[in-house]
Amino acid sequence: MNISILAFGIARDIVGQSEFDFELVEGGTVGALKEDLVDRYPDFAKLVSFAIAVNGTYVTDEHVLGVKDEVVIIPPVSGG
Amino acid sequence: MIEIQLLDRELDPKYCTECVYTPEAGGIAVFVGTVRNQTADKRVLRLEFEAYEKMALSEMRKIAERAAEQWPVKRIVIHHRTGVLYAGDIAVIIAVSTPHRKAAFEACAFAIDTLKETVPIWKKEIFEDGEVWVAAHP
Repeated sequence: MNISILAFGIARDIVGQSEFDFELVEGGTVGALKEDLVDRYPDFAKLVSFAIAVNGTYVTDEHVLGVKDEVVIIPPVSGG
Repeated sequence: MIEIQLLDRELDPKYCTECVYTPEAGGIAVFVGTVRNQTADKRVLRLEFEAYEKMALSEMRKIAERAAEQWPVKRIVIHHRTGVLYAGDIAVIIAVSTPHRKAAFEACAFAIDTLKETVPIWKKEIFEDGEVWVAAHP
């Protein structure tokens, strides 16, 4: 399935765009997405960490993604 | 009362402080986070803040709600700035009022500490010879 992903901060720099389409197996999990992202963009492995938010909420690696989800890469935050 | 805002203009400590004033409270704690002019001896020209706005607002609201569960918070205000900031500019203001001072200090410290861990806002430091996303790399 094809999912749409938003990238902020250094994640946008790594990917090269703020929104992009990504192919993931049907019923793929967030954990699988993170592994695929690191495979495609090895610079993600150099970050302290990165999280995935789905529909505006942090989710765990076990979370199953759907095509209509708003998926966002959250690199280490640094507000304040 | 909870007030959360993400603003691309100058923040106002006086407004935030007055916002949490209530005769029910005996203490108001206000944290004002400002832009430092240097990092590890390097002069910072400016900071660029960006946010995943929808989630930054909901995460800041969660922090305010959690603070109000743990301490007897009467009112709490969290304002965070986005866009380009220079040395001395205010990046964040947190104001909390409680019946007694200890809870106000504790709730305010909890709110800024948690904001720095969970709220999807990022800052890039711009130096004379380059730029870096803060906290991104080990």
